[in-house]
Amino acid sequence: MSPGASSAYEAVIGLEVHAEMLTQSKIFCGCSAAFGAPPNQHTCPVCLGMPGMLPALNRRVVEFAIRAGLATHCTIAPTSRWARKNYFYPDLAKGYQISQYELPICVGGWIDLVVDGAPKRVHLTRIHMEEDTGKNIHDAHGSESLVDFNRSGVPLLEIVSEPEMSTPAEAGAYLRALRAIVVYLGICDGNMEEGSFRCDANISVRKPGATALGVKAEVKNMNSFRAVEKAIAFEIDRHVRTLADGGTIVQETRLWDADREETRSMRSKESAHDYRYFPDPDLPPVVVSEALVEEVRRAMPELPDARRARFVAALKLPEYDAEVLTSRRDLADYFEAVVAAHPNAKAASNWVMGDVLRLVKERKLDEAVVITDWPVSAAHLGELIALIDAGTISGKIAKTVFEEMVASGGAPGAIVEARGLVQVSDEGPILAAIEQVLAAHPDKVADFRAGKDKLLGFFVGQVMKATGGKANPPLVNRLLGAKLRGES
Amino acid sequence: MKISREEIHHVAVLARLDLDPAEEEAMTTTLDAILTYVDKLNELDTSAVEPTAQVLDRLPSWRDDVVTNGPDTDALLANAPARDGDFFRVPKIIE
Amino acid sequence: MLSGLTIAEAGTQLRRRELSAVDLARTALQRIAAGRELNAFVTVADDGEVLRAAEAADARLRAGTPAGPLDGIPIAVKDVIATAGLRTTAASRILERFVPSYDATVTARLRAGGAVIIGKTNCDEFAMGSSNENSAYGPARNPWDPTRVPGGSSGGSAVAIAADMALGSLGTDTGGSIRLPASYCGIVGMKPTYGRVSRFGVIAYASSLDQVGPFAHDVTDCALLLGAIAGPDARDSTSVDLPVPDYAAALAGGAKGLRVAIPREFFVEGMQPEVERAVRGAIDTLGGLGATVAPVSLPHTEYAVSTYYVIATAEASSNLARYDGVRYGARVDDDGSLLDMYRRTRAAGFGPEVKRRIMLGTYALSSGYYDAYYLKAQKVRTLIRQDFAKVFAGADVIVTPTAPTTAFRLGEKTADPLQMYLSDIFTISINLAGLPGIVVPCGQDDAGMPIGLQIVGPPFGEEVVLRTARAFEAATEWHRRRPPEAA
Ligand SMILES: [Mg+2]
Ligand SMILES: [Zn+2]
Repeated sequence: MSPGASSAYEAVIGLEVHAEMLTQSKIFCGCSAAFGAPPNQHTCPVCLGMPGMLPALNRRVVEFAIRAGLATHCTIAPTSRWARKNYFYPDLAKGYQISQYELPICVGGWIDLVVDGAPKRVHLTRIHMEEDTGKNIHDAHGSESLVDFNRSGVPLLEIVSEPEMSTPAEAGAYLRALRAIVVYLGICDGNMEEGSFRCDANISVRKPGATALGVKAEVKNMNSFRAVEKAIAFEIDRHVRTLADGGTIVQETRLWDADREETRSMRSKESAHDYRYFPDPDLPPVVVSEALVEEVRRAMPELPDARRARFVAALKLPEYDAEVLTSRRDLADYFEAVVAAHPNAKAASNWVMGDVLRLVKERKLDEAVVITDWPVSAAHLGELIALIDAGTISGKIAKTVFEEMVASGGAPGAIVEARGLVQVSDEGPILAAIEQVLAAHPDKVADFRAGKDKLLGFFVGQVMKATGGKANPPLVNRLLGAKLRGES
Repeated sequence: MKISREEIHHVAVLARLDLDPAEEEAMTTTLDAILTYVDKLNELDTSAVEPTAQVLDRLPSWRDDVVTNGPDTDALLANAPARDGDFFRVPKIIE
Repeated sequence: MLSGLTIAEAGTQLRRRELSAVDLARTALQRIAAGRELNAFVTVADDGEVLRAAEAADARLRAGTPAGPLDGIPIAVKDVIATAGLRTTAASRILERFVPSYDATVTARLRAGGAVIIGKTNCDEFAMGSSNENSAYGPARNPWDPTRVPGGSSGGSAVAIAADMALGSLGTDTGGSIRLPASYCGIVGMKPTYGRVSRFGVIAYASSLDQVGPFAHDVTDCALLLGAIAGPDARDSTSVDLPVPDYAAALAGGAKGLRVAIPREFFVEGMQPEVERAVRGAIDTLGGLGATVAPVSLPHTEYAVSTYYVIATAEASSNLARYDGVRYGARVDDDGSLLDMYRRTRAAGFGPEVKRRIMLGTYALSSGYYDAYYLKAQKVRTLIRQDFAKVFAGADVIVTPTAPTTAFRLGEKTADPLQMYLSDIFTISINLAGLPGIVVPCGQDDAGMPIGLQIVGPPFGEEVVLRTARAFEAATEWHRRRPPEAA
């Protein structure tokens, strides 16, 4: 966007995330919540909104919502209430969505981020439970649409941030952190492509220092982090240009078009938006006892912050390493498996953050929701580090062994054996090599003895070469030095 | 007048009811009379009163998270006004 | 053979094999056919189905292993209650061809008890009405005088009993829809405490008020039917997890020592004199039986109708949004637009009263009016509830008239919805407070039309309500009176 124009405005960004919960069954009926079944296979009279059907709440949904609330420092409401959000749309079976409105289950709370090195805290307005809708399939040509209710009634968490972000990068960092949390918690698979982790962005701009918010646009339909960042950047630019040209922004919902890389105005579902929220008379309030909160708290998986702190304190890793390793739950799990195989955390960290992550990025393995096919198994990597620490191979040889492990999937010990890469540490063969090298370079030997000390490096190199790199380097140094000074 | 013809039209669209002009006219008169009667409620000062949404004073136990329904697509689509394979069919949705 | 026969009597004869379930079912089907002009049924179950169920019952009865007190008893079910494989229309055009794949919990419990479901009774469309004139399939008529209404909304269920087409029936009561028809048709009808009977599979009108209940010739039969359908249901989160008492056993107590409260607000100007006379007489009867009678006040009674019509229509406007022509029901889509499909489908599928209530409820919830109407009504509901709580602190039951008049003539009130709404003036506040109430015959007016006495109890006080009703019934003959044609 044009820096001139943008500097005259600051953007205000708030995000609404819908995360589909990883429950077995739907929120109000016994249908499977699994993704990807044939059309309308995971449906029943309840989630099809048939006459006389009533909702029966899935307790796991409440437990997951409490988990999310505790993980983001929210207050868990002792009593929250179900509300009906009324509107007509073919994928909305009952003509209303069962959601929470006035009294959500979690309020307040925050998420701490690091955006290009700088810490940033984004506060949450609320987290509430609701049911997902079905899916409309719009065929471009035909004059009709098709409806599949498999997703109707799949439990959702709606996580609403305060409008506290001002750049696409901050929004991206917030989303990544939030996804890491729900994945760590095991309450959502975080899959943006399949739509189990969805984000709507509310964007407005205002003159720096202004307190009132500008007119906002809501942008939907972004199915990757990159799409969210691009869409926000596009909207900020659109708002700034429009205002700079003396135009006005209309409050509306816009759709991100990933192909055209632009947002476009969306025809509203309600000819006039008026959701007529009111308490759902079919469901009593959700009363959460202190005991239930404690039960959920005790069962909480370790969260990124806690794990980062533990890596620094217990494993003595640098902050930076801990930050990178805990950025993804699967990465942190892999790292801990390596350390479990051989307790040298710093070496493990160097290998994982170096060679392993390099390959992961090259092979785009990190685009998977959960990385399972690591270039080498954690056990093998641990074994490799153990071989180095035992002096069986040098760090230099270890690189060769690693490449071999990646190529063949073999165990490092076996590779070292087969390729005879075990380090030579007895003096005999090394002395022989030294004799041979010195004999081959009488002039350089003379120069050295005349005071050209830096030739030592040259001789070391020659000896290592003569031993195929297997000679123990410190030993070569000692023996070579002695020989050249004629001490033996 | 408690409610205008315009409001009636707006509400009819919200409620997805297609009322012809005569129905709209009649609806305006009737609802106006009912709302006038309902105005009686404003004789009461309820500023200190909590609303009652439900008369229940006991809470139900929650369902366990288990799948109890198998596929029954044919029976469930049997009443569909229009279907296409195992999909429900509706007029084209324009966003 | 059916005339005046009660479930208890029939049950005894069935178990003694003096009577067969098949004969009983055949007679019921004949009575239904003979009384067709009363239009009590929207759908009569297929003869084959009915007889198969009756034969199965006879087999159990022969084997001496009846499924329960209802085994082999022909029962009629209001057409807002889902019956698997049997058309369920809610007396609406929009569900004209709707055949549910599921039973309502109450239907399943009747079947499990061996009851023979003979058909789906007529009612006001989606249970919205007080006269049964809002049915898309024509009004049901009062057996005592076919030019008069049977009362609504559960009119057909009341007619089926009064005209001996079934021994028992189920209705639903949101603002008086069981008690008013019971009163107008001279039979016994009961609305249980909200949460006592499952609403699962019962087509919703107003979810916080709806409750299923029985109709029968007498209080004993009502107790048997209630016992069969009552109790918690995991599929209805508003059904309450309390054990179901032995209602039949509760009938014995008599009226001695009962503290009976008479709310002065229930005897109003312009009330039909015979009604007031009959109800006062009934109260004296209870006094004579050893009950202590005391006047009380329910000061917010006059606000009940307003409160009800805001809350009930608000809930209804949302409950009826699912009838959109997408997944089931009649659809009208002549041109391609989705909005038009919705609006034409619903315009063609719903009758005038249903449209009126959807409009009123949508308006009451719409932005700018929520606080003035919906929230205000919810607060007044609290006051009405508190009125009853105060009275029940010092009383066992409240006794009142059921309606200001006896059954009115067809068409008499259709022009003026508000006048129609006022027929529920004595029943509506009981739904707002979620209380149990029963209606028993207590007299007839000068034209011979029945008058009903309403007995109301505290939450889950069905036993004391039944006991009081039974004590009154045992001391009177009104419940034995038959409509002229049926007698
Ligand atoms: Mg939402
Ligand atoms: Zn389902």
